[in-house]
Amino acid sequence: MIKTRYWLILPLMAVVLVGCASFSASSQAEDAGSLIIYSGRSESLVRPVIEQFAQVSGIKVEVRYGNTAELAATLLEEGKNSPADVFYAQDPGGLGAVANAGLLAVLPDETLEKVESRFRSAQGLWVGISGRARVVVYNSQRLQPEDLPADLFGFTDPRWKGKIGWAPTNASFQAMVTAMRQMWGEEKTRQWLLGILANQPVVYDGNTAIVAAVGSGEIEVGFVNHYYLYRFLKEQGDSFAARNHFLNNGGPDSLVMVSGIGRLAAGKNEENALKFIHFLLSPVAQQYFAAQTNEYPLVAGVQTAAGLAPLESLNAANISVDQLADLEGTLNLLRETGVLP
Amino acid sequence: MMLKDWVVAKRVGAVVASPVRGAWLYLPAALVALAMSLPLIYLIIRASTAGSSAWTWLLRFQTVQIMGQSVGLALSVMLAALILGVLLAWLVTRSDLIGRTIWSALLPLPLVIPSYVGAYLFVSFFAPRGLLQNLLEGWLGVERLPSIYGFWGAWLVLTLMTYPYVFLAARTVLMGGDRSLEEAARSLGCSPLETFWKVTLPQLRPALAASSLLVGLYVLRDFGAVSILRFTTFTRAIYLHYQSSIDRSAAALLSLVLILITVGFLVTEQRFRRSAAENPYTAVRPVELVRLGRWQILALTAIILTVVFGLILPTAVLFYWLVRGLAAGEQLGIWVSPLVGSVSVSGLAAILTILAALPVAILSVRRKNLLTKVLEKWSYLGYAVPGIVVALALVFLGANFVPRLYQTFFMLLFAYVILFLPQAMGSIQAALRMVQRSLEEAAASLGENPLRVFQRVTLPLMMPGVATAAALVFLTTMKELPATLLLAPIGFSTLATQVWGAVSEAYFARAAAPALILILTSSISMYLINHHSAIEGSSQRQ
Repeated sequence: MIKTRYWLILPLMAVVLVGCASFSASSQAEDAGSLIIYSGRSESLVRPVIEQFAQVSGIKVEVRYGNTAELAATLLEEGKNSPADVFYAQDPGGLGAVANAGLLAVLPDETLEKVESRFRSAQGLWVGISGRARVVVYNSQRLQPEDLPADLFGFTDPRWKGKIGWAPTNASFQAMVTAMRQMWGEEKTRQWLLGILANQPVVYDGNTAIVAAVGSGEIEVGFVNHYYLYRFLKEQGDSFAARNHFLNNGGPDSLVMVSGIGRLAAGKNEENALKFIHFLLSPVAQQYFAAQTNEYPLVAGVQTAAGLAPLESLNAANISVDQLADLEGTLNLLRETGVLP
Repeated sequence: MMLKDWVVAKRVGAVVASPVRGAWLYLPAALVALAMSLPLIYLIIRASTAGSSAWTWLLRFQTVQIMGQSVGLALSVMLAALILGVLLAWLVTRSDLIGRTIWSALLPLPLVIPSYVGAYLFVSFFAPRGLLQNLLEGWLGVERLPSIYGFWGAWLVLTLMTYPYVFLAARTVLMGGDRSLEEAARSLGCSPLETFWKVTLPQLRPALAASSLLVGLYVLRDFGAVSILRFTTFTRAIYLHYQSSIDRSAAALLSLVLILITVGFLVTEQRFRRSAAENPYTAVRPVELVRLGRWQILALTAIILTVVFGLILPTAVLFYWLVRGLAAGEQLGIWVSPLVGSVSVSGLAAILTILAALPVAILSVRRKNLLTKVLEKWSYLGYAVPGIVVALALVFLGANFVPRLYQTFFMLLFAYVILFLPQAMGSIQAALRMVQRSLEEAAASLGENPLRVFQRVTLPLMMPGVATAAALVFLTTMKELPATLLLAPIGFSTLATQVWGAVSEAYFARAAAPALILILTSSISMYLINHHSAIEGSSQRQ
């Protein structure tokens, strides 16, 4: 009696396996109207805009979501055998690694020219889609904007001891340190890192954790990207006690960074890939990023979210994405000063 | 005859050749070992191109310190999980604890909470100014709680998330094992504590060695909990190499070092296990439960605390997120297809992993020699490195050598088997040791061929252990991330990927619904597995 029950599992398995096989077969079918996206931006952020593209264009779009660095490593491992047509990345670091391996194709000028030259790769291998600014997030119950120093170097003052949060493993933070090395020079950057370390900063896993900790009062200030705060305000209401402060001093601490997209040279759907990149730079998609993710649209003429100063009015660091390429030097400095393990 | 001699005599009596030990099993076992070698081959290819900066990093003093922290954390979590797991398993199987069956079903569940989610929930509750502090401030005016970050936070969270390995393994042995020895000990005047120490614990020894090894390796390769709780381990360093510079060769080099550390754990486990005693079932009579008396309250407190911290607290924080988000008008998002996806791949992964583990397990228990020992230890390779490393190894091999299979379900299931084989191994070996060989011989002497003997005698008797193995693989597949993200057919999502996608972007309300469904589904599955194996076990033994 019992024996028969065990063997019931086998036909069941066969059915599921065949089901799986047909699912895989259909998902690999390559007809003229398809597009495969590797997205390092999370599903909750970009799914609506991708669905809209699929609807408008009639193209069958498939997306693999993951972490930007892990997907970049995946593309490097896959090499020319990658099924991906485009790589949509959270930060320029991942795009740079894939571009350096010679896996990205040059984009047409008409696409590139939609955004300012500082927000795209100089060789035209990828283009920025949306922007985010480095800001200081502060606890609004303990501090007023006037209490904050004019630049990040001011936080090396001992009065900030134990009150600072940062995330040295975060890609945006590391890009900011690269900008510091370019604009402040190696020595001043080292002094800044050591000065903050001397103030015993609380180390967090990422921007989200810092904003949460500032809101709860665990720390008073944190160095983050601007757009995380708005999600907390949306879920928890205005009583959430954290606000952004834009330093607006034109220095590396007022850096504006981008998410970006590149086309894989080995991709089979070149035309659809370009259509998608074009769509992301269209007013509809740019408006989506402005309104839904509170990022800065990079295409001229699109409104930023309510309560957010337009990109043109920011006194942002005047530095191009290519100048942020020397990540290795930044990592060495971070390890040398003991900021990273 | 002294009690000890009697125990030894009883054990030795069982050692005779069994019909279930066919030499042909070497073939499937060798195939399994070959599959297990794939990540290693990849790592060696990658590490050979590691630059000088990777070597400099590796040979610094701080790196040695980080290794020490990794090993220290692994050992202390192992010890804590061992004590907690054995204590809880003994209470639900051997004592007259109130509500034993309910606790028995609830206690394995923390296993299903992904460690990054568990740590996050823990932090949002216990952080210096988290939810708990908010509550206490209202009632008692507490302004700041002590920090939970660093070693102790990581230790606590990882212990709560890994004790179920020990609990499940110990419970399986205690439910099925030979109680006549314990009864004899009691009748000879041993106290319950002495009986436990002298008779029960030695019976548990191999299962405890195997399961605490799983705990140690889990801690060594964990990334989520240690990052959120801010404790730098070697695996965290490996992830940072991927994360920051996408430096695959440096990460590969470090992973090889992690494998060396794991070998140390494997060797130690082998010595601790010593000669794993055969421990067959005999006629099982209703056993007399140890009366807890005034210890009842203490035991209940321990169990309730474990369930509260390991399960109820995380669930409550999730509910809080959900309700808060709903009140703010958040959408819940889709969860039906991820649910179906999670359950079906996890179920298949459990079945396939057990099929892959069986030949290796049978050989290592029934034909003890150096080769089978090596085959068995070799199967831990996939569990010795962080998940992302195994996933990338299969990306590299799949995309470049078997493109037709790349990013299909076959590939994904293959990855799960490589990742989780060790979790099935220990329980299946323990189950095999509980099968009385004389029964197999009787069946063989009555003219059954070895396969039929296995099917009709061995497998049914092994059922509780196989069920435990299935439960472990099922639960860990439910929460698996890196391989699922990189190797699943495109567009396929699971509850775990949904939770991850939302939490990583601070959409807590959207994370809460799939996370709660993940916990609920796993609870139901655990209940079914437990229930089934209990019925099977008892109907077999009558």
